[in-house]
Amino acid sequence: MFRDRKTLLILFGLPIAQILLFGFALTNEIKNSRIVVCDYAKCGISRQLTEKFAANNNFIVEEALLSHHQIEDAFRSGRIKLAVVFPLDFEDDYQHLNQAHVQLIADATDPNTANMLTAYATNIIMEYQNLSLPYQINTETRMIYNPELKGAINFVPGVMALVLMLVCVMMTSASIVREKEYGTMEVLLVSPLNPFMLIISKAIPYLLLSLVNLIVIILLSITLLGVPVNGSLLLLFLISILFIITALSLGLLISNVAQTQQTAILVSLIGLMVPTILFTGFTFPLENMPVVLQWLANIVPAKWYYTIVKSIMIKGLGFGAIWKETLVLAVMTCLLLMISFKKFKVRLE
Amino acid sequence: MKTLIFLLQKEFKQIFRNKILLALIFIIPVVQLLIFPLAADYEMKNISIVVVDHDHSPYSRKLISKIVASGYFNLYASAGSFEEAFRFIENDKADLVLEIPKNFERELVVEKSQQLFIAANAINGIKAGLGGAYINRIIVDFNTDVRLEWIQPERFNAVPVIQVTSSNRFNPGMNYRFFMVPGILVFLVTLVASYMCALNTVREKEIGTIEQINVTPIKKYQFILGKLIPFWVIGVFVFTVGLFIVARLVYGIIPLGSITLLFAYLAVYLVAMLGLGLLVSTYCQTQQQVMFVMFFFMMIFVLMSGLFTPIESMPAWAYVIARCNPVTYFMEVIRMVVLKGSRLADIRLHFIVMFGFALLFNLWAVIHYKKTT
Amino acid sequence: MQKDIVIQVNNLTKCFGDFTAVDTISFEVYRGEVFGFLGANGAGKTTAMRMLCGLSTPTSGEAAIAGYDVYRQTENIKKSIGYMSQKFSLYEDLTVAENIKLFGGIYGLTNQEIKEKSAQLTGRLYMNDQRHKMVGSLPLGWKQKLAFSIAIIHQPKIVFLDEPTGGVDPVTRRQFWNLIYDAAAQGITVFITTHYMDEAEYCNRISMMVDGKIKALDSPSNLKRQFSSGSMYEVFLRLARGAQRTSD
Repeated sequence: MFRDRKTLLILFGLPIAQILLFGFALTNEIKNSRIVVCDYAKCGISRQLTEKFAANNNFIVEEALLSHHQIEDAFRSGRIKLAVVFPLDFEDDYQHLNQAHVQLIADATDPNTANMLTAYATNIIMEYQNLSLPYQINTETRMIYNPELKGAINFVPGVMALVLMLVCVMMTSASIVREKEYGTMEVLLVSPLNPFMLIISKAIPYLLLSLVNLIVIILLSITLLGVPVNGSLLLLFLISILFIITALSLGLLISNVAQTQQTAILVSLIGLMVPTILFTGFTFPLENMPVVLQWLANIVPAKWYYTIVKSIMIKGLGFGAIWKETLVLAVMTCLLLMISFKKFKVRLE
Repeated sequence: MKTLIFLLQKEFKQIFRNKILLALIFIIPVVQLLIFPLAADYEMKNISIVVVDHDHSPYSRKLISKIVASGYFNLYASAGSFEEAFRFIENDKADLVLEIPKNFERELVVEKSQQLFIAANAINGIKAGLGGAYINRIIVDFNTDVRLEWIQPERFNAVPVIQVTSSNRFNPGMNYRFFMVPGILVFLVTLVASYMCALNTVREKEIGTIEQINVTPIKKYQFILGKLIPFWVIGVFVFTVGLFIVARLVYGIIPLGSITLLFAYLAVYLVAMLGLGLLVSTYCQTQQQVMFVMFFFMMIFVLMSGLFTPIESMPAWAYVIARCNPVTYFMEVIRMVVLKGSRLADIRLHFIVMFGFALLFNLWAVIHYKKTT
Repeated sequence: MQKDIVIQVNNLTKCFGDFTAVDTISFEVYRGEVFGFLGANGAGKTTAMRMLCGLSTPTSGEAAIAGYDVYRQTENIKKSIGYMSQKFSLYEDLTVAENIKLFGGIYGLTNQEIKEKSAQLTGRLYMNDQRHKMVGSLPLGWKQKLAFSIAIIHQPKIVFLDEPTGGVDPVTRRQFWNLIYDAAAQGITVFITTHYMDEAEYCNRISMMVDGKIKALDSPSNLKRQFSSGSMYEVFLRLARGAQRTSD
């Protein structure tokens, strides 16, 4: 297996690439959004506000006088995401009616972006007004575990779960099915090797590989991304080993069912990747999902592992906090192994 | 040309004989297309909050009921102390803790200002940020209510105020699924088509049937086309099913723009992505290698395509990578055409880029594939 | 009468890095011959044959197959030859008839020709009932006979066979060799590599490769006389005694 340089390269390169990407590139914040400011009013306030928009580094401001139709066209061509319109009688209204209107038109194709952009823009306008009134309630907010609101803190444990799970499952299922395809499986089975031993011998190299991966990920997270390991490293490793075994067992199960490598690979990948990304909970919060899906998420081992990693790495908690999740993982592993062995025996007859 | 037809016949027969594979190609994407958008939602609901109310006054109670009434929050528990509340955060039972200090009401009326304390589990920064924003909004509302109790408004407003009206184009319902479903469709079609193509081609190498092909007068381009076309057809089929059946019937997504345009782009896109799959398979010897190499590419492509997170928000170096990623372009095109009704002129650049990719990958694959070593 | 030379090889060499797999071999093969290419595993047989088929570019030396140069005219070579290897020849997940159709089409036969040949082929092999069976479900011996017949479906000038009879029983092997003689009688040159020494007796001429070089080249009877041996196996032993390489 170690002779296969390309695979090895990927097996190590992938987690690194993912960590870098997730850590630095992926963020839910909205930055560098192109907006257009249509200033028909051209008064002191509208100009000051336009400047404030330009100064804000969430926005890239283009000034133009566009009609609504033109704004729509601009949305359609992807040129801008938001339009700020100061109508002609803005100044008049402000002076005489004590109330002037600014219109924000957002491209809601991506509702998230639209929401955030509208919120940012509204904020800027509100801040500009800065009324200080009596009976003020102030709030002091403390962000726990992640004061800088770094996305990486959320993603890194998720990436750990994802990579370990996918890589282990794919590797075992494909490699075992490969032996089946080549017929070398029969040779091994006929030998005095206990089938149990056979499986173990296949699993151990992947276990070690995954552990190395894990170490690399953690190192990168600590050094490049500033993600801490607040709890016990030893505990983290022990639980990770359990999770890896869970993933390997799943791969084993798939290999029992699949006839060809192609099938094994496609099932592992397409069948597992998306659910794992979704139901682990690090991309979209689980609480937002319909209850049915939340129940489904409980079947995904990665979800439990993700919780454990967060608890140990970020929150710095000990075994007492995660014994439940650990138990779930252990039970899953046993179940998977039992089913696999049963199927394996049946196949032999 | 006839040779090609014979090759195609063989490919299709082989694919359709493999029942399991067929099931995979069609069922899994459909299922995931159904589940995925249901799960993918950034809107925050059911934020779990624990309140530590040291005041127990009418104001504090009013505030708490206002928070609960907003619909964003679930009042998980009331705690007697901050330490108690914090334990809920540790156990992931609560996302937010609100602490109302003693004599809140009295101090507010007398001193005319007061402080509330909020602690948020910020592991998920977005959740914490949004949760904090929501609760702040509620508190500001509550603040205005309190203020109005004590100050009489004169005329309209004592101070001139700028009102902001906002409107949303193209997706007034702010339905996140409209945004996600086309994107996921792109992702799934890409995955299935290019993976299958790459695996299938490398399989011939692994088994050895490719030697038999190499020793015949089959031309390189015939072989490559023979591998491209069947999976191109499959890709188009999966996309069609996804768009017209799943997207329309389940989510009510009806493309605003020209369907012809969309399919034209799909055609070019598939050629490019399949070309990539073939290219990878010319560099690999075994299916296992292909699996991993394609996985690597797919992961990066998907994450950097703007499916989940916007590419404009990325740091400059990442943005460049995103722009070199073919998936990004189709991701943009499908959202633009389906949701905004964009026209050919709007996506001219995207077409050119995709043609470029298609040419690049396929030419490279043809050149690199050697019948004679 | 000058016999047609269909394969002409001069000092052909193939090196992989600093390992010389095939070392300046030279020989000629005539039309209609059954030419055996013998040697132990690792002697360089398969490498040499791949060069002749246009699958591998030689490091040095010259060779012409059916008059075409192995460096510059490989595609023409492929049109004029047939090929069958022990590892594989046919698509297991296609039927007998489908395989025939596929290869017939690849070699440029018209639909009419394919139909006729297909019927002929399965008739000769007594496989008419198996036409719509998956090749994967056939026993090995049948697969090989079928593979051979398909390899010559387009009446090539030469057919290359790489260890074609591995793993079959003697009766099937005998049948297989009947097919080979039939082909030779039609003017198809048969170039066959094998490590079964008894098969060497069936060839018109054989060459023996040891450590990448040709150590003997003649008819079986001449060789046996030359080496005072009763069988080809003995001839082989005498030649192979000095061999250094043991495995491909």
